[in-house]
Amino acid sequence: MSTQAFEFTPENLQEFRDILSRYPERRAALLPTLHLAQEQNGHISTEVEAYVAQIMELPIVDVREVVTFYSLYFRRPMGHHHIRVCMSIACMLGDCEGIRNHLRTRLGVAPGGVTADGKFSWEAIPDCLGACELAPMMQLDGEYYGNLTPEKVDEILDTADHADKRG
Amino acid sequence: MPIVKLVSEYFGNEQAKDLAWYRQNGGYEAARKALFKMAPKQVTDEVVKSNLRGLGGAGFPTGKKWSFVPADDSKPKYLTVNADEAEPGTFKDRYILEWDPHRLIEGIIICAWAVGIHKAYIYIRGEYVRPFQILKAAVEEAYKEGILGERVLGQDFKLDLHIHRGAGAYICGEETGLLESLEGKKGWPRLKPPFPAIVGLFNCPTVINNVETLSHLRNIILKGGDWFADIGVDRNGGTRLFALSGRVKRPGVYELPMGTPMRELIYEHGGGIVGDRKLKAIIPGGASAPVLTADQVDIPMTFDELSKVGSMLGSAGIVVMDEEVCMVKAMQTIADFFAHESCGQCTPCRQGTGWVYRIVSRMLEGNGSVDDVATLMSAANNMSGTSICALSDGASMAYRGFLTRFPEEFEYHVKHGKCDVQEIRMAVA
Ligand SMILES: Cc1cc2nc3c(=O)[nH]c(=O)nc-3n(C[C@H](O)[C@H](O)[C@H](O)COP(=O)(O)O)c2cc1C
Ligand code: SF4
Ligand code: FES
Repeated sequence: MSTQAFEFTPENLQEFRDILSRYPERRAALLPTLHLAQEQNGHISTEVEAYVAQIMELPIVDVREVVTFYSLYFRRPMGHHHIRVCMSIACMLGDCEGIRNHLRTRLGVAPGGVTADGKFSWEAIPDCLGACELAPMMQLDGEYYGNLTPEKVDEILDTADHADKRG
Repeated sequence: MPIVKLVSEYFGNEQAKDLAWYRQNGGYEAARKALFKMAPKQVTDEVVKSNLRGLGGAGFPTGKKWSFVPADDSKPKYLTVNADEAEPGTFKDRYILEWDPHRLIEGIIICAWAVGIHKAYIYIRGEYVRPFQILKAAVEEAYKEGILGERVLGQDFKLDLHIHRGAGAYICGEETGLLESLEGKKGWPRLKPPFPAIVGLFNCPTVINNVETLSHLRNIILKGGDWFADIGVDRNGGTRLFALSGRVKRPGVYELPMGTPMRELIYEHGGGIVGDRKLKAIIPGGASAPVLTADQVDIPMTFDELSKVGSMLGSAGIVVMDEEVCMVKAMQTIADFFAHESCGQCTPCRQGTGWVYRIVSRMLEGNGSVDDVATLMSAANNMSGTSICALSDGASMAYRGFLTRFPEEFEYHVKHGKCDVQEIRMAVA
């Protein structure tokens, strides 16, 4: 784990002030502030937690409690691209298990893991991602991809990979 | 019944999210009518007349909900818009957010005027990144054009609107879990009463409405409450977005009048079952709604008709299962979800959801015992009426639906240690 201290960039500090102004109570800014911190740092490390606690004027335990409650906050470094495969009811009916198995083979790490080169991390989640008409579907970073087949999954991952190489 | 496009009017139309286009096509005329020609009370009366019911799942009459907010309270009042959409099988609000964000903003203005609210928050699930970006752009544009802010549409009425992103927790769709989350805490639902209309966000009176509910207001204000009520049936006004998924040829969102039979949705609009196989089961309102059997396909889709048969229209996420689907597997999938998403605050819910998932998984792996079916039923029964929020009741109802409507499949799994949907069908036929 990195031991570097964390602080917001000047732009993000400005954004943080803007977030605070939206709420009559400071604490309400906690979730958006954590989103912003994760955007900058990739995950919520203990250093990030300490920094957020300080600027939010909250005890660290309060921040920790929130970070661990919500599944979108990462507490360890994840891949450069993060994948969520939906395993919920409509996707089950669309054979998401086949997609999960394919990703397991292609990425070579179990769900929750990060590939050795740090490019991809992934989860197979029991929650519905709200796009059941696309079953089986997954989320890669912000985007939704549906009507998946193993070939299509390969294409999507290859495209993401190539985009990185082109920089 | 015909497809009636009220809230889905602009789905698929790339221009509709642009404010200029929306206004050229009558957009914000309903808000203008409300703010300049109607007293707040008149707006609420129109909504009461319309029989509009909460489309987030509970079906509570919208006008009535607004009228619970005390008029003489000196505290500020809030509107929180529920865009957390996470009930498995539900994806309708996403269409509104992606295709027609201004219709939602217009609805928010109308509600705010009716109730006397000057600050509103849209709570959108964190996974909805693209809908968030579209909505954010629309809100910014609305501010720029004086549709939101100090003087809404030039009227002496202030309204601020902010978007608040969730962070991946189904329980934050439950209205008081949502309020806790919006206040920066973990999403632990609150005991009710007090209801949010009296003590809600930041301890102030708060209206919580679903995205689709608010998106109907534009038409209700323009065309009148009676007009809307006439489209629906009985006490279920207007149309509804039905999100159809599972083993159908054309899954998607279909707007149909309340009271449309499930058969029409599945066979006409949805194109029938994949591979023209036989229908076996339908979940009529998201994962919490007890599963129905194929012979119930003619039931009209209203809150009242579905509750008569022990299920619910809920979030109107309709999941279709054909003869090849194993009900034990279907139940396990749903049990996995509830076990993952119970917030853990109440013991019956926290433990019950875990037990049920483990027992059904055991059955599925061929390690079930004869007592397991009864154990499941009693675990499900213990989760009903014993907890702070309705997640536990919903899970309990869903489990009991599978167990009572498809008992032979559970017994088969226990006896034979394997699944054979084909064999079961022959044995029952
Ligand atoms: C466990 C649980 C999850 C819920 N999830 C949602 C949701 O994702 N979206 C929603 O609009 N309502 C959801 N609801 C219903 C809300 O509590 C609330 O009734 C609704 O937002 C009120 O708006 P409406 O009257 O316009 O439907 C959920 C309820 C429960 C018990
Ligand atoms: S019923 Fe379940 S989800 Fe609801 S408050 Fe209790 S533990 Fe949490
Ligand atoms: S079940 Fe996978 S998106 Fe809904």
